[in-house]
Amino acid sequence: MTFTKRAAAKLLLGTALAASMATGAFAQDKTKIGFVYVGPVGDGGWTYEHDKGRLAVEEHFGDSVETVFVESVAEGPDSERVMTQMALDGADMIFTTSFGFMDPTINVAAKFPDVKFEHATGYKRADNVSTYSARFYEGRAIQGHIAGKMTESNIIGYIGSYPIPEVIRGINSAFIHARKVNPDVEFKIVWAYTWFDPAKEADAASVLIEQGADVVLQHTDSTAPQAAAQEAGNVVTFGQASDMSQYAPFPRVSSIIDDWAPYYISRVQAVKDGTWTSTDTWDGIGAGMVGIGEITDAVPADVREEALALKASLADGSYHAFTGPLNKQDGTPFLAEGETADDATLASMNFYVEGIMGEIPQ
Amino acid sequence: MDLSSINPVLFIAGFFVAATPLIFAAIGEMVVEKTGVLNLGVEGMMIMGAICGFATAVETGSPLLGFAAAAVGGAVLSLLFAFLTQVMLANQVASGLALTLFGLGLSALLGQSYVGVKPPRLGDVNFGPLADIPYFGPIFLSHDIIVYLGIALVTAVWAVLKFSRVGLILRAVGENHDAAHALGFKVKRVRTLAIMFGGACAGVGGAYISLIRVPQWTEGMTAGIGWIALALVVFASWRAFRVLLGAYLFGGLVQLQLNLQGAGVAIPVEYLAMSPYVITIVVLVFLSRVRSVAPGSLGRIFHASS
Repeated sequence: MTFTKRAAAKLLLGTALAASMATGAFAQDKTKIGFVYVGPVGDGGWTYEHDKGRLAVEEHFGDSVETVFVESVAEGPDSERVMTQMALDGADMIFTTSFGFMDPTINVAAKFPDVKFEHATGYKRADNVSTYSARFYEGRAIQGHIAGKMTESNIIGYIGSYPIPEVIRGINSAFIHARKVNPDVEFKIVWAYTWFDPAKEADAASVLIEQGADVVLQHTDSTAPQAAAQEAGNVVTFGQASDMSQYAPFPRVSSIIDDWAPYYISRVQAVKDGTWTSTDTWDGIGAGMVGIGEITDAVPADVREEALALKASLADGSYHAFTGPLNKQDGTPFLAEGETADDATLASMNFYVEGIMGEIPQ
Repeated sequence: MDLSSINPVLFIAGFFVAATPLIFAAIGEMVVEKTGVLNLGVEGMMIMGAICGFATAVETGSPLLGFAAAAVGGAVLSLLFAFLTQVMLANQVASGLALTLFGLGLSALLGQSYVGVKPPRLGDVNFGPLADIPYFGPIFLSHDIIVYLGIALVTAVWAVLKFSRVGLILRAVGENHDAAHALGFKVKRVRTLAIMFGGACAGVGGAYISLIRVPQWTEGMTAGIGWIALALVVFASWRAFRVLLGAYLFGGLVQLQLNLQGAGVAIPVEYLAMSPYVITIVVLVFLSRVRSVAPGSLGRIFHASS
């Protein structure tokens, strides 16, 4: 599989290279922007939304920008090669859109100080590397609330991708808010060790459903778990990263939608204006980076009202998804009454909160 | 840890779904190897079947037509292998590997516009009141028609190989192609037909993944099942019913790993992922100490002049 992905990436890159050589000669003032994707643009989730952001950039700036992308790039050394090629190819700015691209981005950025890099969901920055992410955990809080209210078996399944802070934060946030409305609720967590593998994701969803889960949350990028839930008939799901509305109104009852377009447009503008600096952006519902997809009629009206109220309080900052009193899984205090978690703690979160069973794989 | 949360009925029923792609791919490959041809292109033929079946099912709305198209797709791709090894007398190992890589690439190309599309569903076979028998019903009688076809196919292959003249010819060609040739059997024709049969079976196995088990299309989605099928044929020492047993064992290991995770037992995924191959290696070592059960001409190139 790796081989074909590589081959495909190479092929795409070759085409991109050829195209740029053809146009580059007489269009020097065009800003060239590269995107490195972890999945295919048609995944219907994470990468799909990033590509929508790319298309929005194209639409906004018209002929004054040129974008190229390489999809299905494996996290790790291979991505470094893809980024290097893009930089050599004359890209002024490169967006690398997966956590696993973090070290490769830093490495390549050191070699090309004039190219601006933007890395999604990571925490390492440099003079020409910015990071950006969205506060998905705010959306998870709303999912947890709806899940806790709607589950009848009191078992909520959760498909994790990799045990990294971003995913663990989501699990904790969903769990805290599910427990808040339903003290009997339990989480079953299966790690798929992939961002995008419909076969594995479908298997994981089926197993969770077989073990009694009647709500399945996913932190992987394909719609396969939605299909598995639809097959099972009475299982609630939420769209991840994208609306996944083709599974609405049921099993998909709501979703977290990543909206990268405004951020991408503003950052490209900064490069064009020469005002770009290395920043760390972490926006949530309030700033519009995290959207909550339509809550369908399958959710009882009162639950929907509560969920929307929760969304409003998260958006205006009057409520934080991690508000004490909270303990860590081992019972040690995490947050005191009324205290909220700071961003540094959230960014490096590597523990479950009290009540979640199981261990985080190392 | 909470093992009681694993529902044994659904767990065992899950075996059938996980094992079916393996059964098809492995039984087809077993017939191919019985005629003395080693086709390492199973993975490539499976993925071709997966996309041909998926595309046809989506376009026509009929999953069964999809499976038929998958069989055709797998068989057509296998013809390439037959041409290389039977006509051009190319090395079988190299040709098989090339077939896998080619199939993965070609299927990714064909599947470009099918990513994220929902295929039509194939319903379960209706057994009426029988399906309500406790335990027995949900485990054995709650599947789609392809699961039963797979078991029927294994039985048919076993019977043909053991009792029929066709089976005798197949085995003769595989055990000693020179002798078979001297007896007047068309070695190349027999092998080409067997290769096509293997391709068709692998194609159906692949389509089972894209149409029923997942059901979705994504490139490279067979994810090594073709290789497990190859290991399975050796594991089964070229016997039909051992293929069936092995498929349940290997398919069950995948189910087991996810179920254990759900129940809170953390076993590193890698152990169970490599276990089919470890088991196969152990069986191979064991077999080699007893006697050689592989078909005598396996992997050797046949030329009528030699």
